[in-house]
Amino acid sequence: MNVELLSRLQFALTIGFHFLFPPITIGLAWLLVAVEYNAWRKATLPDGQAWDRAGRFFGKILGLTFAVGVATGIPMEFQFGTNWSRYSKFVGDIFGAPLAAEGVLAFFLESGFLGLYLFGRDRVAKKWHVVSILMVALGSTLSAFWILVANSWMQTPAGFRVFQGRAELTSFTEAVFNPSMWPRFTHTLSACLVCGSFVMLAISAWLVRRNRGDLVALKTLRLSLAVGLVSSILVAFPSGHEHARQVARTQPEKFAAIEGLYTTQTSAPLAIFGYPTDRPPDLKARIEIPGMLSWLAFGDLHAKVRGINEFPEEDRPPLWMTFVSFHNMVILGLYFQFVTLLACVQWYRGKLPTGRRLLTVLVWSAPLPLIACQFGWVTAEVGRQPWIVYGLMRSADAFSSTLTLGEVWASLVMFGLIYVLLGALYLFLLFRKVRHGPGDAGRPLPAVEVSQKGLVTA
Amino acid sequence: MSWLSHEMLATIWFVLVFVLLIGYAVLDGFDLGVGALHLLARGDHERRVSMNSIGPVWDGNEVWLLTGGGALFAAFPPVYAAVFSGFYLALMLLLLALIARAVAMEFRSKVESPRWRRVWDVAFSAGSLLAAVLFGVAFGNIVRGIPINADGDFAGTFLGLLNPYSVSVGVFCLLVFLLHGAIYLAMKSDGDLHRRTARLIKPLYFTVLGMWVGVTLFTAVAAPRTFSRAFDQPLTYLLLPLLVGSLLYLPKAACACKPRYGRALIASGTLIATLMSLAAVGMFPELVPSSLGPFFSLHIHEHSSSTRTLLTMLVIAGIGMPLVIAYTAIIYRAFRGKVVLTEESY
Repeated sequence: MNVELLSRLQFALTIGFHFLFPPITIGLAWLLVAVEYNAWRKATLPDGQAWDRAGRFFGKILGLTFAVGVATGIPMEFQFGTNWSRYSKFVGDIFGAPLAAEGVLAFFLESGFLGLYLFGRDRVAKKWHVVSILMVALGSTLSAFWILVANSWMQTPAGFRVFQGRAELTSFTEAVFNPSMWPRFTHTLSACLVCGSFVMLAISAWLVRRNRGDLVALKTLRLSLAVGLVSSILVAFPSGHEHARQVARTQPEKFAAIEGLYTTQTSAPLAIFGYPTDRPPDLKARIEIPGMLSWLAFGDLHAKVRGINEFPEEDRPPLWMTFVSFHNMVILGLYFQFVTLLACVQWYRGKLPTGRRLLTVLVWSAPLPLIACQFGWVTAEVGRQPWIVYGLMRSADAFSSTLTLGEVWASLVMFGLIYVLLGALYLFLLFRKVRHGPGDAGRPLPAVEVSQKGLVTA
Repeated sequence: MSWLSHEMLATIWFVLVFVLLIGYAVLDGFDLGVGALHLLARGDHERRVSMNSIGPVWDGNEVWLLTGGGALFAAFPPVYAAVFSGFYLALMLLLLALIARAVAMEFRSKVESPRWRRVWDVAFSAGSLLAAVLFGVAFGNIVRGIPINADGDFAGTFLGLLNPYSVSVGVFCLLVFLLHGAIYLAMKSDGDLHRRTARLIKPLYFTVLGMWVGVTLFTAVAAPRTFSRAFDQPLTYLLLPLLVGSLLYLPKAACACKPRYGRALIASGTLIATLMSLAAVGMFPELVPSSLGPFFSLHIHEHSSSTRTLLTMLVIAGIGMPLVIAYTAIIYRAFRGKVVLTEESY
């Protein structure tokens, strides 16, 4: 137990918990653009009412999720300074700028227009209401862009030089468009669409299972299924694939760890199952496809892929955690494609609204994309260790040296407790809202009066 | 752009960081004030009106803090690092307060139980109050100076941050936000809530006036260098009349026979802006004075980012901030007038 370990644990906990919510809100926001656009264009048609109710219902869910996302996001902005002050001093010249840009160009946009979207539904013309949700979607996507610019720079730093004890910017465009940025941004954005659509899909499936004639839920079921299928494919091909190829090119020891390749070889095999051990590095109980890894990573069956044995022990990431996380993420990714494809087929056969078993599967699938995201992030960030900036600065040299163990324990416990509470409250309120259903969206919340004797009169 | 030297850029960013923090104080100041006053609202309807008065705008207002922090990180990384790690426990408390404030509004009216609603009413109010006090304590410490050592690190303790001067600034900040929030809530509410809130403005005003005199005198004693340095700057002689003017105009606007709350809000906003600006003017060019000696203070010129970074950031801010002001104004305009509770409200 030291300040470094506790600070790493705290960062992992806070960012992991935070990252349960933006993927839902980003995905849901784009879906709601489609919903509200339909509500606007079809206002005079019988369809329009259903789209309007869908917007009100899922809009409330967006609001709830966004609030928890914002609440858990503020600690992230602070945490670079509080727990990683040496890191901040060293990379601030480059790393600070995307964070500030995220504030100026993205946070204001999404937070400002969210207020208009949530509260202005009955106050502004529908056209402007549609614009407001578009701005929320755009703002949250821009926010993802800038934070991924910053995080990607930690993976493949570019556009800088080390001068007078700090990393100094030499080219803003090179730093922003660093080698890993585009694959990671497209991959994460696709993943957000998967998360948002699976949440809408699960809720719609639950409502349809309860009442197969639920007009609102049938519409959102179809929308989220279509987006879910397309994004489940995109997150793997091409974005996931391109991302893996980029890691093979730019971070060979991370690639070796996630793929379980422990000796450098040409015609490297793809391990589709195995149990990695750290000392000595070995992949037990392996099932492999010969040559596949070379082909997938470099497009050549005979290409040389570097194994973990090439790298000194102090430069290797934790092998078990990166391999297991990566493979679980991929398995889940395949599942997403399979289940959405199956549901689409059933939809075309007209059998989905009555298919209770498949609907139930869709309901229970809701948290899976979020879990896949967590696995993906563990792969990316644990796979980068021992570096905090790959090849430039180690995590061990980056934490705040002025902090005491007591201070970090206090904050870690605080976050642990309030996040467990927040998570429970979020789920409680979400399930309540879903049970209410979109049909009830028209009733205002009843006021509750408490008389002096503590008697409740509604 | 050779006339934009590194020194010039560092000065510009000193100003911009303060502009962002002042923007935060003026906007989220009334959010926190409304929150701190929340428990004075009686009954479910009044409490919902109180929360919904800031409902559409509080989140956007809070972004000014995030952007200010981001700008501090980008323009003055060693200052960001020293202050944020130095104020560790205070910042964690602040995060707790801000998280409580945020989720309380969202969660409160979602369940019909009076006990549930009361818990979130208290969380909303306590979070707002605590945040207001902590901001003041932090600001007081920065003005007074904190122990920064030769390595540019904070060398003090959490309890050391609770010195008399900073605590008094903390209380003063709370009172200013209460006044600011009361004017805003009076503007947005009607009926009994409006009447009771409006009646608070005068006593709050006189308390703020009295405390302002006290804190100003205290500043002359606790931060003499900063205080006297302010009077060497020409800008001070523009800010002081503005400050006094806003103090004189506020009661006229808010407590007249036909009160003009919008104008009173501009006056209280100007009060906040001029107070913080005067502090900034006095502190310049030290972003964080060190109580261990002026040699260890975090001057903007030695502790700023490279010319290239400052210039790039200026371009981004130059594009982004006018857009922000424009659409923020449009969004506020959409919600002008008294609070109307609808199906969409908190």
